[in-house]
Amino acid sequence: MVKKTVTAASMLLVSVAALAGCSDSDASGDDDKIVMGFAQVGAESGWRTANTESIKESAEEAGFELKFSDAQGKQENQIKAIRSFIQQKVDVIAFSPVVETGWDAVLQEAKRANIPVILTDRAVDSEDTSLYETFLGSDFVLEGEKAGEWLVENAADSDVDGDGDINVVQLEGTTGAAPAIDRAEGFASAIAADPAIEVTASQTGDFTRDGGKQVMESFLNSEDGIDVVFAHNDDMGLGAIEAIEAAGLEPGVDVKIITVDAVHDGMEALAEGKINFIVECNPLLGPQLMELAEQVLDDEEVPERVVTEETTFTQEQAIEVLPDRKY
Amino acid sequence: MTDTLDRAPAPERGAARPGLAGRLLGHQLLWPVLAIIVMLVIDVIANPSFLDVRIQDGHLYGNVIDIARNSAPVMLVALGMTLVIATRGIDLSVGAVAAIAAAVACTRIVESADEGAASATILASTTALAVCVLLGVWNGFLVSVLGIQPIIATLVLMVAGRGLAMLITDGQITTPTNDTFSNLASGFVLGLPIAFLIALGMVALTAVLTRRTALGMLIEAVGINPDASRLAGVRARTITWTVYVFGAVCAGLAGLIIAANTNSVNANSLGLWIELDAILAVVIGGTALTGGRFSLAGTVVGALLIATLVRTIPSIGIPSEANYLFKAFVVILVCLLQSPRARAALRVRGRRGAQPKAVAA
Repeated sequence: MVKKTVTAASMLLVSVAALAGCSDSDASGDDDKIVMGFAQVGAESGWRTANTESIKESAEEAGFELKFSDAQGKQENQIKAIRSFIQQKVDVIAFSPVVETGWDAVLQEAKRANIPVILTDRAVDSEDTSLYETFLGSDFVLEGEKAGEWLVENAADSDVDGDGDINVVQLEGTTGAAPAIDRAEGFASAIAADPAIEVTASQTGDFTRDGGKQVMESFLNSEDGIDVVFAHNDDMGLGAIEAIEAAGLEPGVDVKIITVDAVHDGMEALAEGKINFIVECNPLLGPQLMELAEQVLDDEEVPERVVTEETTFTQEQAIEVLPDRKY
Repeated sequence: MTDTLDRAPAPERGAARPGLAGRLLGHQLLWPVLAIIVMLVIDVIANPSFLDVRIQDGHLYGNVIDIARNSAPVMLVALGMTLVIATRGIDLSVGAVAAIAAAVACTRIVESADEGAASATILASTTALAVCVLLGVWNGFLVSVLGIQPIIATLVLMVAGRGLAMLITDGQITTPTNDTFSNLASGFVLGLPIAFLIALGMVALTAVLTRRTALGMLIEAVGINPDASRLAGVRARTITWTVYVFGAVCAGLAGLIIAANTNSVNANSLGLWIELDAILAVVIGGTALTGGRFSLAGTVVGALLIATLVRTIPSIGIPSEANYLFKAFVVILVCLLQSPRARAALRVRGRRGAQPKAVAA
């Protein structure tokens, strides 16, 4: 009896939700407005929040109707969201896949319904590239290269202890994550240009401040003559700053620090001179996404891979742009 | 010290060893302590200055000090976990509780009128620990009153708790600027790290409460057989309830220290998987997962072992891809050496190899 009641109640809820969904799409009946369904990963970091804000804002500016769904880091939620977008017959679907695999079935459904799909920020691992129109996101290898190139250009200043060798310790991101692998690869290829620069130790700090601090504490005790820290994100760099200060050294002066991301706290540390160089990993890809969506719907050719517009920041630039930063 | 913290270990079956050497060999903490020493020796071989301690800005500085300092969160969580496990329970929610405590404390400090004031830290930390008491009451209620399996009951908060912490921090990394708060993790008293002293203080307090009163015995009685102990007049429900509250408070303290370490709280990652490290520390320390017996000294050694392991990995340059494997290898080795049955099997094999006749006879 109780079971039945619960089942009935939940079915009622589902149908109400479905009705609500219907009325939503009915309301957007006027066909001149483009309807975009966007399935976000979640809200796991400041970076992601800025990413969401950017997409919402630029959708409004471009006159899109945005149906936004937050998957809370779960693939099944994201698949559900995409299915509901297909049922609601949106004009275009965009999403940042939580994981790389397992998308073929739902993307096939979208294809059959003739709804173009754009990937943002993260790629999917599928042999059939016809399942999506394009992938808009950062080039992590390029980010690593930019960091390495800055170090090569500033090699003379970066040799803090003046022994002719530049010893770099690397704080890696989560082992196996694409940004960690690619940033390390890009950095290694860029510093190969100068034989004096060498990565003497490298260990994962899991993209967290605590991880970055603990690994850096250990490096400070075990490695001699550290000149430079290359951290795969700002948070680990900020953790490293604490470890360096605790060792009685001055971050940014006694040890040079290069990071990737350019989140607010990182930029502040850069402006204060505790970090020396930050390569941006831009979450504000909303405007580019809207532009791409319009091109796809107008049947224009779009490249298979679109790289986010990204820049780099030195300490002077950080002081300049900090007041206007959104995240 | 060991006597207050630890009961005489159960003698190994079939091995009557009255001498001091025998007692040492049979002691269950022998192997984890040996493992720590071996790791330190490897560290020193890889890096001769590993054990060097110097004075830096008026306090001690070096790998050993870092190990002590970084062991504090796991030690605190494991301390609470020890008592929970002694009642035949388990608490999976400690990581999430740590995240909630940190989230509450950091947001309170940031919102307070004078962000840098010591009073802001005291108020915020008290609020955070009060929240932990409530969370512990919730866990204890599910386990002791509703009789839900501890692993399931605490799983509820393990999953929901992180969401709660995210809600409190708005999903953002919250960064308080407060010297008093920062000192919880990075501060020193008499040259020693405050975090480590807090953890040791809690261990000492627990030791006095459980070993100088009947409380410890009652906890063990509940772990051996809750029904029998209830019939014998032990308030099993109250005791079970209390250990979950204690576990949550310990987890909350750990959360505060982790957050203070980097002056930030990231609700997603703070204390992630610390429940597993804590359970590991408890088990390495000789507390049985089946309940009914616990060793606080063992838990301290277990936590130190984990902290030493974590420091050894970057220090001797194990690549990131292999570090979980290395960790697992050390853990399984210690567990095997600790197991009387595994040691007996090794011994028999060794004897057989040397004197095949002796076995036949």
